[in-house]
Amino acid sequence: MHIDLPMVWAAIIGLGVFLYVMLDGDLGIGLIFPFFHEDRDREVMINTVAPVWDGNETWMVLGGAGLYAAFPVAYSVLLPAAYLPVVAMVCGLIFRGVAFEIRAKARRTRHLWDLAFIAGSALATFCQGLVLGTLLQGIAVRDGRFAGGAFDWFSPFSLFCGLGLLVTYAALGCGWLLIKTEGDLQRRMFALMKPLALALLAVIGVVSLWTVLGQPAVAQRWFSRANFLYFAPVPVLVLACVAGILHAVRHGLERRPFALTLALMFLGYSGLLISIFPHILPPSLDIWQASSPHSSQLFTLVGAVIILPIIVAYSGLSYWVFRGKVRHGDEGYH
Amino acid sequence: MPALDAFHLARLQFAFTVSFHIVFPAISIGLASFLAVLEGLWLKTGKEVYRDLFFFWSKIFAVGFGMGVVSGVVMSYEFGTNWSGFTNFAGSVTGPLLTYEVMTAFFLEAGFLGIMLFGWNRVGPKAHFGATLVVAIGTLISAFWILASNSWMQTPRGYAIENGRVVPTDWWAVVFNPSFPYRLAHMTIAAFIVAAFIVAACAAWHLLRGRRDAAVKKSFSMALWMLTLLTPVQILVGDAHGLNTRKYQPAKIAAIEGLWETEHGGTALNLVGWPDMRAERTRYAVSVPHLGSLILTHSWDGEIRGLKSFPPQDRPYSPIVFWSFRLMAGLGMLMLLLAVLGLLLRRGQRLYEARWFQRFVLCMGPSGLLALLAGWVTTEVGRQPWVVYGVLRTADAVAPLDARQVGSSLLIFVIVYFLVFGTGIYYMLRLMAKGPYPADGIGGQGREHPGLEHRPLARPADAIDD
Repeated sequence: MHIDLPMVWAAIIGLGVFLYVMLDGDLGIGLIFPFFHEDRDREVMINTVAPVWDGNETWMVLGGAGLYAAFPVAYSVLLPAAYLPVVAMVCGLIFRGVAFEIRAKARRTRHLWDLAFIAGSALATFCQGLVLGTLLQGIAVRDGRFAGGAFDWFSPFSLFCGLGLLVTYAALGCGWLLIKTEGDLQRRMFALMKPLALALLAVIGVVSLWTVLGQPAVAQRWFSRANFLYFAPVPVLVLACVAGILHAVRHGLERRPFALTLALMFLGYSGLLISIFPHILPPSLDIWQASSPHSSQLFTLVGAVIILPIIVAYSGLSYWVFRGKVRHGDEGYH
Repeated sequence: MPALDAFHLARLQFAFTVSFHIVFPAISIGLASFLAVLEGLWLKTGKEVYRDLFFFWSKIFAVGFGMGVVSGVVMSYEFGTNWSGFTNFAGSVTGPLLTYEVMTAFFLEAGFLGIMLFGWNRVGPKAHFGATLVVAIGTLISAFWILASNSWMQTPRGYAIENGRVVPTDWWAVVFNPSFPYRLAHMTIAAFIVAAFIVAACAAWHLLRGRRDAAVKKSFSMALWMLTLLTPVQILVGDAHGLNTRKYQPAKIAAIEGLWETEHGGTALNLVGWPDMRAERTRYAVSVPHLGSLILTHSWDGEIRGLKSFPPQDRPYSPIVFWSFRLMAGLGMLMLLLAVLGLLLRRGQRLYEARWFQRFVLCMGPSGLLALLAGWVTTEVGRQPWVVYGVLRTADAVAPLDARQVGSSLLIFVIVYFLVFGTGIYYMLRLMAKGPYPADGIGGQGREHPGLEHRPLARPADAIDD
């Protein structure tokens, strides 16, 4: 039996990255920190993710390592192409990761660590958007090596993607906090959710139009007759999700905005995949060209098939252990 | 060396980031096992001193672990940004090994760390101990994979080269390559020694300040037992590692010893000296006849290849490895002395009173880390000019970058690292200076603990910067 390993690996990495984005409402918490000034509120907000953020970030590391193992060519092209955004992203992650550990411990310098948490989250998010934009707009590759310039990543489109991801993560973080908080803090989260949902709609709209208008290949894919019928429901579903969020906010339904924001993310994410597949780095590198040898992909896949379900199980367990609302001065938390 | 081009800047950046990074995992590996032992002892004996120590060291562990995670993320991306030639050529081997590390270790640690640090009141005592144990095992699994990867780069096996790329043919041979068992043992023991010295020095500090409570004495005693046990073992393992290196990387040994000629009938050992790469000799050498053969071949007249038997472009830069090795080995001897003195004082019942010894232990606090860094410098610089030994030169591994890019990112990393990790290390030291809380034990045998209501790091009355 022949298994198309590059396809399987593309699916695993795609799923890993999606799980990361889905769980990384915790980056979003840093993004909406500036809207909440009181220390006790901030403490509750950070405590909703303190026990799990490490695990969340590991999905991003898995995405990177999986790309490195299964598609080393893509890895060795994408990272030099997005050199400075990647460097800035890890710096942002350093600041916010350390702020997680030290913020609660500091007194005199707490406001500085809050700033590190906010700025680190924003920088990491914005740079992830830049990398995404760099990938979508196309990377110059020659002989399996990056052949572009040092600032190819700097374009209006990629800058907008950075902005778009800020809005996306902020909405996710806000949705997450709706579930984990209560009382006055939750009320203020509801108030924030509405503009975020509308902004998210605008961002998805602009990025979609921009890719379609800017890249004929993408337009071709979406609007060729057969595909168009398949894909036509996507924009309709996007509108339905946003309407659902606004409805939930009006009626104080605390779980639905998060679920619907996730659905929006899924739609946007799958839309991007539809646009570029089977390329891993558009316009020229597809997943088969970028693959590592069969023996490498197979060896790693054996482990992934056995271990990833176990990881999902115990990550779920961790969320279950820390389920429920987080209150100020909670036992077992910060 | 030519002016700093992109290649040398990239090497400098890697050396800088990896040296900063390795400090934290080493501390985490050692402390995680120490914490598991402490919690296990507490469950078994019910003595509060173990619980107090567990909470005290878990705070320091949490800071160190967090910094290890974030500085490690930098490393994995650096392979792509700066060393895409390497990724492209050998990613088929090192990529899967890294992915296995993520899947079998990172997730395990991250998943159970939350329960270990926050879950005291949410899960039962056995389950909590289980979480601590899993975190400790996770750190060891992590060491397994990353050292498999590093050892493969030192002594590559189990591969073929097709179309200018490595194709793994035998994964067992890739992972269990010739230098792997030695490197794994040497590094794991080193991490335990690092943590033992930190614990011992912290206790020595509090003994010197007059504290004599159970927590301080117990941690001093436990750390010293650990050092007494491990230092001799580490020296033996290091010796075996040296024999292995002589077999598979003879140029590295020649560079470490500053040895130029292949001498017959027994090789002397240069104790000190300055290897001169241009003049092809070691200046100011003080040497002991036959000692080189004795140490490296375990025989009176064993033959060791000199550097001149390798073409000049294949020789590692001897002055660095000559001295980094001597620093590591010298510290090892001091550690052995410390362990023996500790044993003697213990027999004379003066362990907690001999102030000169406590000062000695305090000064040796960072010695584990220093020796570890010196050891890594020796093995990594000694591998040059190869990145995959005998297969890919470091110069061919670098990404197509310009010097400004690498230079500016290096500058950013230097500033960020000193700022962030400097602060982190400062906080770890502050926590250690405060010491374990003997008062925490008051209140009977219950599971309630003043330190438990909050994250170990986060007792409101317990700010580190006030």
